[in-house]
Amino acid sequence: MNIELKNIHKHFGKIHANKGINLNIPSGTIQGVLGENGAGKSTLMKILSGFIQADPGSEIILDGKPVVIHSPADAIRFGVGMLHQDPLDFPPMRVLDNFLLGIPGKLFPNRKEIAQGFSRLAREFDFSLDPESYVDSLTVGERQQLEIIRLLWLGARVFILDEPTTGISATQKEKLFATLKKLPEQAMTIIFVSHKLEDVESLCDQVAVMRAGELVGEVKPPYRTQKFVEMMFGKMVTLGERQPARAGETTLSLNNISLEDVRLQIKNINLDVKAGEVIGLAGMEGSGQGMFIRACAGLVRPVGGRIQLNGQDLTAKSYHKFKHAGVNFLPAARLEEGLIPGLSLTEHFVLAEEPKGIFIDRAAGQKLAEERIQSFNIRGTPPSMVEALSGGNQQRAELALLQSPLSLVLLEHPTRGLDIESVIYIWGKLKERCKQGASIIFISSDLDEILQYSDRLLVFFSGKVSQPMNASKTNVEALGQLMGGKGWAEMGDEHA
Amino acid sequence: MLKGRLGGFLFQLIALLLAFGFVSLILISVDASPGDAYKNMFTGSFGSMRKFAEVLVAFVPLLLVTAGLLVTFSSGLWNIGVEGQVVLGAIATTWVFRYFLESGLHPALAVTLAIFGGMLGGALWASFTGVLKVFGGVNEIFGGLGLNFVSTALTIYFIFGPWKRPGVASMSGTVPFPDEFSLPLLLNLRISPWALGIALIGIVVVYFILQGTYFGLRLKAVGKNFRAAYLLGIPTWQYSMYSFLICGALAGAAGAMQVAAVYHRLIPSISSGYGYLGLMVAMLINYKAIWAVPVALFFAALNIGSIQLPILMKLDSSLSGILQGVLVLFVLLAEGVRQKLAKKA
Repeated sequence: MNIELKNIHKHFGKIHANKGINLNIPSGTIQGVLGENGAGKSTLMKILSGFIQADPGSEIILDGKPVVIHSPADAIRFGVGMLHQDPLDFPPMRVLDNFLLGIPGKLFPNRKEIAQGFSRLAREFDFSLDPESYVDSLTVGERQQLEIIRLLWLGARVFILDEPTTGISATQKEKLFATLKKLPEQAMTIIFVSHKLEDVESLCDQVAVMRAGELVGEVKPPYRTQKFVEMMFGKMVTLGERQPARAGETTLSLNNISLEDVRLQIKNINLDVKAGEVIGLAGMEGSGQGMFIRACAGLVRPVGGRIQLNGQDLTAKSYHKFKHAGVNFLPAARLEEGLIPGLSLTEHFVLAEEPKGIFIDRAAGQKLAEERIQSFNIRGTPPSMVEALSGGNQQRAELALLQSPLSLVLLEHPTRGLDIESVIYIWGKLKERCKQGASIIFISSDLDEILQYSDRLLVFFSGKVSQPMNASKTNVEALGQLMGGKGWAEMGDEHA
Repeated sequence: MLKGRLGGFLFQLIALLLAFGFVSLILISVDASPGDAYKNMFTGSFGSMRKFAEVLVAFVPLLLVTAGLLVTFSSGLWNIGVEGQVVLGAIATTWVFRYFLESGLHPALAVTLAIFGGMLGGALWASFTGVLKVFGGVNEIFGGLGLNFVSTALTIYFIFGPWKRPGVASMSGTVPFPDEFSLPLLLNLRISPWALGIALIGIVVVYFILQGTYFGLRLKAVGKNFRAAYLLGIPTWQYSMYSFLICGALAGAAGAMQVAAVYHRLIPSISSGYGYLGLMVAMLINYKAIWAVPVALFFAALNIGSIQLPILMKLDSSLSGILQGVLVLFVLLAEGVRQKLAKKA
């Protein structure tokens, strides 16, 4: 199926997520869509698959006919099917039942007939799916196969795959790619959304690169990784002078730390952080940096290794012990994890302080709130509810909750979605903490921010962690390559 | 208008009118005069000193239960097990009384100990729900509901088992305690000023805990965002347990009042449904302690006022329950509509 996207715009409130995208995908093509987190890839794909509607004036033309897609069910009627990052199936049911669920119409489906059709399709693509097995016993790769068969059965002729290689093994990936390469022979069109350079390079016939809501370019083979990175991250802009840290005592010391969750394994991280030092963590979302920073906060327990803070052993201690020892963690999800909707700014500041006695001194609380609001430049009043504040002000409120003194500040996306003045202001506040002897570890998807504000940095790529790199001796291109999974072999000294 | 305090009041007033209108329609549909019914309910509850004393007798346990529920609601917990906690308070109080029956202990001391025993019993029963929730991952609604059934069974077991009347056990309960094992009553009325005092102290203490203490603020933080409260350094599961214990103790006190000031023995339906009614009061006042006294008094008056309806009008006394339920639903509905409109505006 031939797809034409014309002048696609999408606003979410003030955010302009898609800024006039024009893209032509000929029938039988494997089209790559590349971009970092927040570039607008997912928005564009959700528009095409009917989950959200584009702003008026946007046009979608399928095989020459303009269409309006109101819902995912609409999309599949037009032949557009989407494979989600997390398969949307019903794990406690059998494969065949899952398959039947998506099929419209009859009250009493003909199980036998459909089972035969299922097996025929599975054979065609060399899938080994037992229709009677339960979905929760399948691997992520097999669930993707189930989803592909389901979409084929429903008559999909366009397949949108959103980050399909996250969380599957190398062999499963090969198998998936082999399947995907077969589909275009039958005039199917595939849209492959990813941030993994290698995957895109090995699979796609042409690649569209997005950055900050815009389509910055279309590329055909032969691909040059360098070029992709430039397009994805833009040219480096220098944000004024860097301030090197004066190396002090070691605050956080990680010795052979290993971490594990369902998707990732990180092995043997060694890191000594000095007082006053800022460590940036770079990597695509879900590459392991989130788990790492939570391990530093005591929220995730490492499966091996030792954590020390100022010489005190904190291995396998609780989050509250970490906090007591001078570690504060500010999560990215402000209203979900950082702040308490329904409580006022005053109440937040009172909560974050050590209680003095039983009764709250209201006058003192009010005064504390006024001081903090002023010194952190929060646009709000002491009785303002946190959910009524803007994002930047919520972030400042979170920062104002940090204890004093502190040894280690852990931040997830401290400036995501904030305007440039807020970014500079917040980093000013954080650097003050460094002067007082705190170390900072932060995650950001903004490479300029990482290069600008950190002294050293670590790059994460699906569980691999680079050696600490000196931020002044690297650049956006080198980081972008590592984040996309390139150039790890050349580093030589990386962790397994 | 939609967002201010006045707007909220206006919507609640509309809800109140709608509730009465709805119940009036029901009455008309069975050929009863709504005006007469409401008038009879009013005189049935406020018509004489004796009747008003009866209202206060119902008001005491209802207010204690509501006070306890304000604590659990603040920490985000649906303590539906409060009914069973009232029952266990009553059982524990009976047990303490029986223990001191022949001991020669000063009756005033025995009564005091029995009330504390009741509070302890309620708290212990609530802690079961808490432990199931915190360590077993059992939702407090299911745990509490299950334990409510167990508590009813326990009452029956005691009345027909170990504590049965000499001769033949009966649904009328255990043998009544001697007169000195009772909270002193006012004149020849059935209300004990002590019980009333305890209930009022209960709600005042809860009001101050929730309004002015670090403990209350932390409870609210846990209730509104468990995860963020944890990250802020609040020992979250401990706070969940504290709130179960406090609510259990207050519900237990309600059970103790039923035994020590009203029935003077253990009877099968000792809680009289005040636990569930307290849930309705707490919802109706939108979890604000300041409104607990008037609304609990209103609900108690409805309960008592409807008692004579079968005799006077051949209407079932469950009319008060219908009115209470309808009222809660309309108030919740009005609040929902108001928020929806406020969002659009």
